[in-house]
Amino acid sequence: MMTRLETELPALPETGLARREFLIATAGVGGGLVLGFLLPRVMGPQAKHGAETSTFRTESRPFVPNAFIRVDPDGLVTLTVHKVEMGQGTFTSIPMLVAEEMDIDLAKVKLEQAPADDKKYADPILGSQVTGGSTSIRGAWKPLREAGAMARILLLTAASKQWNVPLEECTTSGGMISHGKSGKTVSYGEVAGAAALLPIPQKVQLKDPQHYRLIGTPAKRLDTPSKVNGQAKFGIDAQVPNMKIATVAASPILGGKLTSVDDSKARSIKGVVQVVKLEDAVAVVADHMWAAKQGLAALDIKWDGGRNASLDIKDIVGQLQEASNNQGRAAPGVVARSVGDFRKTFEQSKHRFEATYQVPFLSQAGLEPMNCTVHVQPDRCDIWVGTQVPTLAQAGAMTLTKLPAEKIFIHNHYIGGGFGRRLDVDFINQAVAIAKQLPYPVKVVWTREEDMQHGIYRPYYYDKLSAALDDQGKPIAWSHRVTGSSVMSRWVPQMVENGLDPDAVEGARDPLYARDNLLVEYIRQEPPGIVTGWWRGVGVTHNMFMIESFIDELAHLAKQDPLAYRLSQIDHVPRAKAVLQLAADKAGWGGALPQNQGRGLSVQFAFGSYVAQVAEVEVGKDDIRVKRVVCAVDCGTVVNPDTVVAQMEGGIIFGISGALYDQITVKQGRVEQSNFDNYRVLRMNEAPVIEVHLIRNNEAPGGVGEPGTAAVAPAIANAVFAATGKRIRTLPLVPSLMQT
Amino acid sequence: MVTLNVNGKDHALDIPDDMPILWAVRDVIGLTGTKFGCGKALCGACTVHLDGNPIRSCVTPVSAAAGKKITTIEAIGDTPEGRKVQQAWLALEVVQCGYCQSGQVMAASALLKSTPNPTDQDIDQAMAGNICRCGTYPRIRAAIKQAANVKAA
Ligand code: FES
Ligand code: FES
Repeated sequence: MMTRLETELPALPETGLARREFLIATAGVGGGLVLGFLLPRVMGPQAKHGAETSTFRTESRPFVPNAFIRVDPDGLVTLTVHKVEMGQGTFTSIPMLVAEEMDIDLAKVKLEQAPADDKKYADPILGSQVTGGSTSIRGAWKPLREAGAMARILLLTAASKQWNVPLEECTTSGGMISHGKSGKTVSYGEVAGAAALLPIPQKVQLKDPQHYRLIGTPAKRLDTPSKVNGQAKFGIDAQVPNMKIATVAASPILGGKLTSVDDSKARSIKGVVQVVKLEDAVAVVADHMWAAKQGLAALDIKWDGGRNASLDIKDIVGQLQEASNNQGRAAPGVVARSVGDFRKTFEQSKHRFEATYQVPFLSQAGLEPMNCTVHVQPDRCDIWVGTQVPTLAQAGAMTLTKLPAEKIFIHNHYIGGGFGRRLDVDFINQAVAIAKQLPYPVKVVWTREEDMQHGIYRPYYYDKLSAALDDQGKPIAWSHRVTGSSVMSRWVPQMVENGLDPDAVEGARDPLYARDNLLVEYIRQEPPGIVTGWWRGVGVTHNMFMIESFIDELAHLAKQDPLAYRLSQIDHVPRAKAVLQLAADKAGWGGALPQNQGRGLSVQFAFGSYVAQVAEVEVGKDDIRVKRVVCAVDCGTVVNPDTVVAQMEGGIIFGISGALYDQITVKQGRVEQSNFDNYRVLRMNEAPVIEVHLIRNNEAPGGVGEPGTAAVAPAIANAVFAATGKRIRTLPLVPSLMQT
Repeated sequence: MVTLNVNGKDHALDIPDDMPILWAVRDVIGLTGTKFGCGKALCGACTVHLDGNPIRSCVTPVSAAAGKKITTIEAIGDTPEGRKVQQAWLALEVVQCGYCQSGQVMAASALLKSTPNPTDQDIDQAMAGNICRCGTYPRIRAAIKQAANVKAA
């Protein structure tokens, strides 16, 4: 029999619960086994800083399982999970963990999505029911394996009792239990009922990684077939009997209000049914989107622009700059981290270097525009939508409809690219507000223009980095002052302590370099009119651009090779060193390139994963072409290697669009970009060759959805410098380069 | 009244002449596999075939389809190229969120029909109009090549 590593079930401190209460077994309907278990809730910024599970939420409440494994008498295993598929493959990776420990085929595990109930289906790291921040596998890693192992041992015990043979003589494989000596076999389903009556053991043994059959193998994604034949249902595909279709226009001036609307022309368009007014928007309801669009165009709307009517991006950047320079402020920013004495070292040093970097507002621009279908009735409210936060959607609908939670039904759908945008529910609330005024169900679909101009944008950051250098040009003191909007203050205010937004400084407060004298500060400066939110790679995306550009500048100042310069400073993080060396080797670092071409690199530790990239670029007259990206990843135990590679490829391509082209700007209170012609995203003919190299080990799994995006912008900026000698400190690179 | 032939079936529809095929197919006929991404021929999510040629259905009025045959993603698997493309897509795990993939599969099927052994340049040209925000381009390229090497089933 294979060896298993013993693991103590985690204790839940300060609740007084015995650890066996982490799992409960009950008889399922029809005589199967239902195993309920608790995914531990982890709160606090440390949870996002690499530690797998650090602080448990100390909340005393009765044990309510928040995830379930059910084994039916017919042998079918059902796993209830609380995630939404967004293309990251978690729908396949999560059941893989259970199937691995239970010794069953992946195909035998059926998945059910949990309904919106924050108490039961909380994400162990983020703490409420969300899918984001590369936490899916990281949070599920241990509890799911433990639960799978527990289910297996209960079934095994039930069989050994039935046969009256020692447990150790029984083995499991493919959903069957066998007793070698007697040749007896029984299926999981047949002993499921008996297993449900057994007490839960105090300990459970997890498989030794060297015996993994599934984890680490390229399993096929389970959701794919329906996505190549048109059968998959995204939110926008919801079809409800008697449904009408609406499209909306919110005030074109950010934050403006509706004054009046003349809808006489719109109403005469065939197919237009109704015009609905909200405080800050108008919706045209019609038989189909075409009539709704035409109706909207035919409206004569008067807006009250309010105080943002003359807002310009220059004003916003000016305010950030002023805040960063501390003008008119009594105190500097909130200190996010202070080690040693940065100021003293900096002031006394002969060699110093400072630079400011800027990254723009960004739209996530997922390919599926915002949409939501709602039917409000006196006694219930149904919502068909693709959301990463069903409980927030439910809460919003409760407020708007005054219905209790149990009368709000969220029918969750596939999401056509979340990238952080579907962590907000503004569009869902708006659809509920519209549906409240209608006696029939309505599908509200935003046009691409509406989606881009009324987004929730990645903040503009204006960061200043300073370093004191020794005689060899190595940093001995380092400071990073982050200035920008606080997404968390709006989205999860409980995680902002003493004014410190942990996301804004994520990646900045633990740089790989100069850790003896470190000062990281955060200055919160909210842009007028603009609502800020999540974007793939979150805080790390912006901070890595700053840090890895800055260290590249320091290498150049020290007249050293950027690779050797970095390698000489990261002995304390061998895994980072290893990915950096691997990426450089595979990329042929140091090899000659034609004129106007260059290589640049970056290395980072974020989301629990180590990632290094080398980008090769060619700089033309009015464009930058990324020709090749070599990426080395150490994300600990690889659950599904193909998903890791796919996520890196996708993250890199997403990041290239942001690095080269994308920005949301404001003029006279209006967002200037509107569609993919002026918000350019990378296309097939522009996509580089991408090579992903994995370093495999048995460390806890790190995130893979976001790191690829964060690492690529600095690698490209550094490559542009190598090619041209021009240091671009403001993204996006192409427009900035054209201005130099 | 407009008559649209979609996937071999005639639909008599009471819709205006200038209505884009996209909305007729999605909102009136109820085939939702064809996607809306931009509405301006910029993203390719809405790609369908009109007499075998790929078109952007968001900007092509139903009047342009009079007397012609529309094929959508729901029926492309019935064509030899469509089936090869779908199989290659699954074999190479192209799909991420999947939203663009209806359009990608339609564009790739049309490419293979007109150019059974496409070069990288052919692929660039045929596929550059189809945005994938999830960045599946490397796999799309590989899957097209794989599908091209498969003999018609
Ligand atoms: S929706 Fe037709 S090309 Fe984008
Ligand atoms: S797979 Fe998501 S847009 Fe292409």
